[in-house]
Amino acid sequence: MKVILIEKAQWDEGIEKAKGSYRLIGPARQGQFTEFRKLEKGELPDFNYANTRLSAKELVYPQSEKMFDYTLDESQPDHHLLQEPEKDYSLRAVVGIRPCDADAFALVQRNFDTPDYQDPYWIRAREAITLVGYACSAPCGTCFCTSAGSGPFNDAGLDVMLIDHGENFLARIVTERGAAFMEAAGWQTAAGDDADQHIAALKSEAEARILTHIPTDNLKGQDTLKLHGASFWDDVAFACINCGTCTYLCPTCWCFDIQDETHGKKGMRIRNWDSCMFPLFTLHGSGHNPRGEKIQRVRQRFMHKLKYYVDKYGDGIQCVGCGRCVRHCPVNIDIRRVCELMNSYGPSEDACAVAS
Amino acid sequence: MQNPYLPYPVRIDDMIIETEDKNLKTFKFTFINPEDEEKFGYRAGQFAELSVTGKGEIPIGIASSPTEKGFVKFTVNKVGLVSSYLHSMQPGDLMGIRGPLGNSYPWDMLEGKNVVIIGGGFAFTTLRSSIIYMLDPQNRMKFKDIHVIYGARTPGMLLYREELAQWEKRDDIHMHITVDGTDDPDWKYNVGFVPTITEQKAPQADNDTYAIICGPPIMIKFTQPVLDNLGYAHDHIIMSLENRMKCGIGMCGRCNIGRHFVCKDGPVFTLAQLNTIPKEY
Repeated sequence: MKVILIEKAQWDEGIEKAKGSYRLIGPARQGQFTEFRKLEKGELPDFNYANTRLSAKELVYPQSEKMFDYTLDESQPDHHLLQEPEKDYSLRAVVGIRPCDADAFALVQRNFDTPDYQDPYWIRAREAITLVGYACSAPCGTCFCTSAGSGPFNDAGLDVMLIDHGENFLARIVTERGAAFMEAAGWQTAAGDDADQHIAALKSEAEARILTHIPTDNLKGQDTLKLHGASFWDDVAFACINCGTCTYLCPTCWCFDIQDETHGKKGMRIRNWDSCMFPLFTLHGSGHNPRGEKIQRVRQRFMHKLKYYVDKYGDGIQCVGCGRCVRHCPVNIDIRRVCELMNSYGPSEDACAVAS
Repeated sequence: MQNPYLPYPVRIDDMIIETEDKNLKTFKFTFINPEDEEKFGYRAGQFAELSVTGKGEIPIGIASSPTEKGFVKFTVNKVGLVSSYLHSMQPGDLMGIRGPLGNSYPWDMLEGKNVVIIGGGFAFTTLRSSIIYMLDPQNRMKFKDIHVIYGARTPGMLLYREELAQWEKRDDIHMHITVDGTDDPDWKYNVGFVPTITEQKAPQADNDTYAIICGPPIMIKFTQPVLDNLGYAHDHIIMSLENRMKCGIGMCGRCNIGRHFVCKDGPVFTLAQLNTIPKEY
């Protein structure tokens, strides 16, 4: 793959040039956190960050999104008929997305782009976006991407990957879409022949800084019902307050609700992020609730990510190892620990449970 | 790209109060655009999202049969925001239908077989669809014996009472209608809970006999041991599930049981399948 050399002195100019063709989105400091937002004229992506607090999923899948407009005014010819709203799917690029968040788009695509149904909102927004990633030279202590099928230098989900290299960025072009972005920014200087070697060395260094390694090899072989009935769920769920923070921060949580909101005679059908942590998520009209207890909801979240998804797609866990849920959980529930419990669950634990 | 969230516009053609408590109404819809009826080709056992503009959507089993043309029918229990509003609407009102959704009863598998339908309360809607479908002159010869065991609390709580009476008169379907209790001296059918009547009336199991059960959890709980005693294998017991749903197309995430979505992989499962899945329904 082609590697381009960008002198940091040329950075500002290229970014401004790219803004001519793309709406640029990048990490920006907001109070004590870094979040993704549109970069205004003269504004550069702020690369002085480990990762954003919220994942990048909202760039394709907003927390609240209009699906349809309608009018209830019977004097209008189209009253009570849902109308698809005009949406802006013009080109945009995220500069500075981490490899884990980019991988999450590929993972979530399995949910929204299926052989049977295609979610037009997600797919069109995804098609409009170019991902210019920023490799992680200094991963966080909570990162475990290398156990989750990703990695600090994993470019699988990216169009271009930028690597910090002293006075320069090395930019590895991964896709045609990435090449088009580089052209729009005017960065065309081929890096030296040793660029790949540099990248490989930096990659090894970065991977060595990831200290958490979580085994996932037994998850597929585990019996679903036995795992579902395991005795450790009580302990895992004990401290959970069902706040839903984990699901909102997670780049691979995709669940949503659909609601109609009417103001006067006009209204819209919208969808909002939802969370399996909330009892309303599964409450039947009759009052019956198949996941009415906290333990059932906590178990659902982990079983979905680490067992149901694994069985359904046969391609690893529904997690990219970004560590956000670990960092932000108010009661310190740690998916890495739960994954270990699930992966190592076996007859020996049953024996202990009986003995105690 | 087709938008799977966009309902077909329909008009309420007729509304019928089904039960004495007036909590169940059957809605007959006609498509505003005639070509949509063809696009809405469905099989008995599927459901659709009824879309009431300004209120939202509810997933409801299709009560009409694919052999009935020119309309679709749904019987709706008045429970929440959308269903309550729907009950207050009038013939002529505009709304939407999104679907058909989900799998269906396994009609390919049921061909050439005996079919025992066991239903309770208002969970008889897709069973009505199935009975009408099987009794259609084009289809009746595709199935062997058809038994129907259907119960409600009282005679006035039975759905589709006129049709039940017509089916009682036929000789190509064995009807076993029952009520939990009644003080009506003219009641000429069974009295007793569905599990009891199943024990008395259902045919013995064999490899060519399939049971389709649809009803409240309490009915299913006590009917299953009866079917076990009659020798029904769990892959010969077919059930239709309900869970809270929004999208109906396997994306919004809430209706899952294990790795399966009730909306897309279901709502119809065999008991053998359900035995391997967490019982979160």
